[in-house]
Amino acid sequence: MTAKRTITVDVNGKQYQREVEPRLTLADFLRHELNLTGTHVGCEHGVCGACTILLNGLSTRSCLTFAVQTDGQSVTTIEGLAAPDGTLSPIQQAMAENHGLQCGFCTPGMLMTLTELLRDDPDPDEAKIREVLTGNLCRCTGYTGIVAAARAAARHVRDRAEA
Amino acid sequence: MKPAPFDYHAPTTLDEALSHLSSLDNAKILAGGQSLVAMMNFRVVTPDHLIDLNRVSELSGITVNDRRLRIGAMTRQRDLEFNAEIAKVCPLIQAGIAHVGHRQTRNRGTVGGSLAHADPSAELPNICSAHDARIEIQGSRGKRMVPMAEFMQTFMTTAIETDEILTAVEIDLWPAGHGYSFQEFARRHGDFAIVGAAALIDLDADRRVVRAAVSLCGVEAAPSRLPAIEAALTGQKLDEDAIEEVAGLAGDIDAIEDHHASSGYRQHLARILTARALTEANARASGGQIGTNS
Repeated sequence: MTAKRTITVDVNGKQYQREVEPRLTLADFLRHELNLTGTHVGCEHGVCGACTILLNGLSTRSCLTFAVQTDGQSVTTIEGLAAPDGTLSPIQQAMAENHGLQCGFCTPGMLMTLTELLRDDPDPDEAKIREVLTGNLCRCTGYTGIVAAARAAARHVRDRAEA
Repeated sequence: MKPAPFDYHAPTTLDEALSHLSSLDNAKILAGGQSLVAMMNFRVVTPDHLIDLNRVSELSGITVNDRRLRIGAMTRQRDLEFNAEIAKVCPLIQAGIAHVGHRQTRNRGTVGGSLAHADPSAELPNICSAHDARIEIQGSRGKRMVPMAEFMQTFMTTAIETDEILTAVEIDLWPAGHGYSFQEFARRHGDFAIVGAAALIDLDADRRVVRAAVSLCGVEAAPSRLPAIEAALTGQKLDEDAIEEVAGLAGDIDAIEDHHASSGYRQHLARILTARALTEANARASGGQIGTNS
């Protein structure tokens, strides 16, 4: 039983073809098959948000999605946020500048959630940011720096658009 | 933890999915996976076969025809949240969906998945209960419509037979301008509700209640419709005292008890949240200021 299946997935703009067991979660696929270990695995039941990635552009728990389900689809992970030359994305830069991380374990998931938020809503207020972040647990920062980073990144993107 | 091994099937039509379901032993339907995969990771659920509906496109979509709303089972919760027509014609859905999990789970979680999972504290079944939804279920023997009142039977148990698939939800729309409210108490935003209350109110020109619906989640093993309250509201012009008195009846339900909350606390929440929901729904139906408890 449990015949392996061949899948082709676009991850951060690159096509990968792998043979996977159906029970392999997308999180473990990214980490163990593709060596993209930036996606962190915390609770493995969809509560902590550390494993959040973008599936076809939408924030998704990669621990609650099986790799086989993503055949032919597109995944963005934390490794896909910075520019090819290493320039950080606005939200990555703002997290660094606003002390939005301490231990860093939740940070990849936070960044994926905030990347989606800022793409869809370029000027979120604090209440909106906090509501969206309820899906990502952080046990060190108290969230203040993360919220400040989201606000700063939104300002940065708006200023750049107006410039 | 990691899930136990299983075989994976990805049908592209409902017929194909149904044929898998009737021919495979210990098979489970996978919709959005936001509850099922967590349970599989815990090995609370260990299917031998997983039938993934995510490529069955005929099961997704939102249509409004003849004052009737139809939502395909695989429609994502996100698609309800951001649908302008639903916001207009069935606003209780949007009010309630804001309490369902988180952005990341609503992106993936489906309407049919939430109903089939049948968690007593879940918001979507409670919205369906308030709206007297009909649940469309299909199997190899054909299609049937089950009234919401008969669909959820007890904790995580529904009217769906093992060879059947929940395919859609149908809701008869209330008149334009009706009042609505979804109130919920949870320890943190996005957590499972301890208690949630959904209310719908339609007023006549004199602002008397023509029709009311009140349903609670998290109080009993399935959504609790409150016909005594609905009857008591009908014909009344609602003010704070009237709402307070009628909502008191919600405290008489024999509420469930678990490690989250005692039966007495749930009864207390049932009263308070029913009053808040009726207050907000009545204000909205009156076109006036809405309450501050939303």
